[in-house]
Amino acid sequence: MQSKIDKFTIPIGPQHPALKEPGHFEFSVDGEIVTDASVRLGYVHRGIEKGTEGRNWVQSLYLLERICGICSHVHATAYCLGVEKLAGVEVPPRAQAIRVLVAELERVHSHMLWLGVAAHEAGFDTLFMYSWRDRETVMNLLEGITGNRVNYSANVLGGVKCDISAEQDEAIRQGVDFLEERTRHYLEVVTSDMMFLRRTRGVATTPKAQARELGLIGPTGRASGISHDVRVDAPYAAYDIYPVKLITATAGDLEARFIVRINELFESYRVIRQILDTLPEGELTVRMPRRIKEGETVSRVEAPRGELFYFIKSNGTDTPERIKVRTPTLPNMASVLVLAIGHQLADIPMILTGIDPCFSCNDRMVVVKDSGGDNRAMTWEALRQYGIEYYR
Amino acid sequence: MQNNQGNLWQNVMDQVKTWARVNSPWAIHFNSGSCNGCDIEILATLTPRYDMERFGVKLQGSPRHADILICTGPVTRQARERLIRIYEQMPEPKFVVAVGSCALSGGAFQGCYNVEGGIDQVLPVNAYVPGCPPRPEAIIDGLVKLLQALDNGTMPEPITLKPGVAVPSKSGNPA
Repeated sequence: MQSKIDKFTIPIGPQHPALKEPGHFEFSVDGEIVTDASVRLGYVHRGIEKGTEGRNWVQSLYLLERICGICSHVHATAYCLGVEKLAGVEVPPRAQAIRVLVAELERVHSHMLWLGVAAHEAGFDTLFMYSWRDRETVMNLLEGITGNRVNYSANVLGGVKCDISAEQDEAIRQGVDFLEERTRHYLEVVTSDMMFLRRTRGVATTPKAQARELGLIGPTGRASGISHDVRVDAPYAAYDIYPVKLITATAGDLEARFIVRINELFESYRVIRQILDTLPEGELTVRMPRRIKEGETVSRVEAPRGELFYFIKSNGTDTPERIKVRTPTLPNMASVLVLAIGHQLADIPMILTGIDPCFSCNDRMVVVKDSGGDNRAMTWEALRQYGIEYYR
Repeated sequence: MQNNQGNLWQNVMDQVKTWARVNSPWAIHFNSGSCNGCDIEILATLTPRYDMERFGVKLQGSPRHADILICTGPVTRQARERLIRIYEQMPEPKFVVAVGSCALSGGAFQGCYNVEGGIDQVLPVNAYVPGCPPRPEAIIDGLVKLLQALDNGTMPEPITLKPGVAVPSKSGNPA
C-alpha cells in the first residue's frame, strides 16, 4: 500500500545558526531532498534610499557607506564617482589610486571572510579559523590606512581623506607577501582536500546558459564562465591605469566559485603592489561645491560580490533628489532557490553561502504594482515619460 | 529554624548557579537591521586573535540554550517581532548586550522610515557597547564587564525605554 506523502516544509530563519544575517527561507523536502524553496527578505530593510533625501550630499555619503559593513568602501566609491561626475569635478590621480588600493584591500578582506564562513558552513572549522586569523593582517592594514577596521570612510567627496606614508607602504607590502603565501596554501587546500571536495565539487552546478538566465553576476557568475567584471569592462577610478585580469572558470559548481575568488585574491595582491610601485604624487582632494549641478547619472563599480549600481539624481540643491542602489546579492539570491531544488538539505547552507550573500545590501524596497492585465511594451523613452508623469 | 536552613540552601544554590553562569555564558547573536559591520566584528571575537572562548563565552545557535542576547543594528519594523520572540524564548535569567552605535540609539539610521530606534526601545538592555563598529576588544570588554557585575552582584537594573516585553522583575535572578 502506498500512502501519499505530504509535503514537509522546513522553515529556516530569520534567526538560524546557518544564517549570520536575518532572512527567512522555506524548503519543502521529500526525505532529505529539497523539492521547493522560497525566500522572504527585508528584515534589515532600513529605508536608506529615502533617508538620503533628508540628508545633504556629505551626510548621505556616511549613510550610504553603512548599507553594508563588509563592502562599505565600494558603496562610498560608487556614490562619490557619481556625484563627482554630476559636479564636473576632476579628482586627483593620487586620490583615485588610493581609492583603488583600499578597494582591493577590501576585496581581500571580503573574500577571506567569505572563505572562512563558507568553510564553516561545510563543517571545516579549521579553515574558518585559519582564514580569519590571516584576515586580521588585512584588517590591520586597513586600520593603519584609514583608522577604522570596518566602515573606514576612506572616501570623501572630491577625493580621499587618507594618504599612504612610507611606513604604511612597507607594512602593506609585508602584509600582502604574507597573505599571498597563505592564499597559495588555501588554494591547495580547497582543490585537494577530499573531504572538502565532496561538499563542493559538482554541487550547485550552474552551466553558463543557466547562469545567464538567472542573471548571475560577480564571482558567482564568473565561476560559470560569464566574462563580466566592471573593473575590466568599464574601468572606473584608476582601473584604467592599473588594469585587472578577468578571472573566470567554466565548471560553475561551488569548487569553481572557491577557485575564482581565491584567484581574484592573487590578482588583488598584484594590483596592490603595482599601485604602491607607481603611486602618483599630488593632492588628495579637490574642492567640491556644496550644491551639486542639476542632472542625473549612473555609476557602476565592482563590489567584492559583483556589480554595484548607483543611480543619482540631483535637483541643484544640497540634498540628493533620488538615489537608487542595486546591489549584487539580489540577482544572485534567485539562483539559490533554483539551485537548491534536487540537492540534499545539508547542502543548502553551502549553496546559500556560495553566492556570498549580503542581506543588508540586499533589502531594498521595490513596489510591484499589479497592472491588472494591462501589459504594454514600452520603449525606454516612453517608459521614462510615463515615470515622470506618474511621480509628478 | 526550618526557614533558616531553607534560606541557606537557596543561597548556596544561587552561588553555584552564578559561578556556573559567569564561567560559561552562552550567547546568541541576532542582527535586527545592522549593516554587517558589527556582525563581522562579533565573529572576529570568536576567531584566534581575540578568542572570546577563553572567557567561556560560546556562540550558540538556539535562543533556548542562551544566557546572553547580543544584538546588533537598529530595530527595523520587520525584525521587531522576531527580536521580541527570540528574547521571550530565552530562559530566565537572561541578559541583553547592545553592540554598536545603531543598537544604542539607531545611529546613522535615525529618522529612516523603517527604523524604530535602538534595542532599548524594544528590550531591556543590560550592557551597551558603543562604536561604529566597536572593536573586538570593546565587545569583549562589554561582555566581561557584564560578567563581572553578575559575579559580584552589582548588576544594575536593565534600561528600558519602551519595552515590548515583560521586564525581568529582578536583575540576575528569576522572580
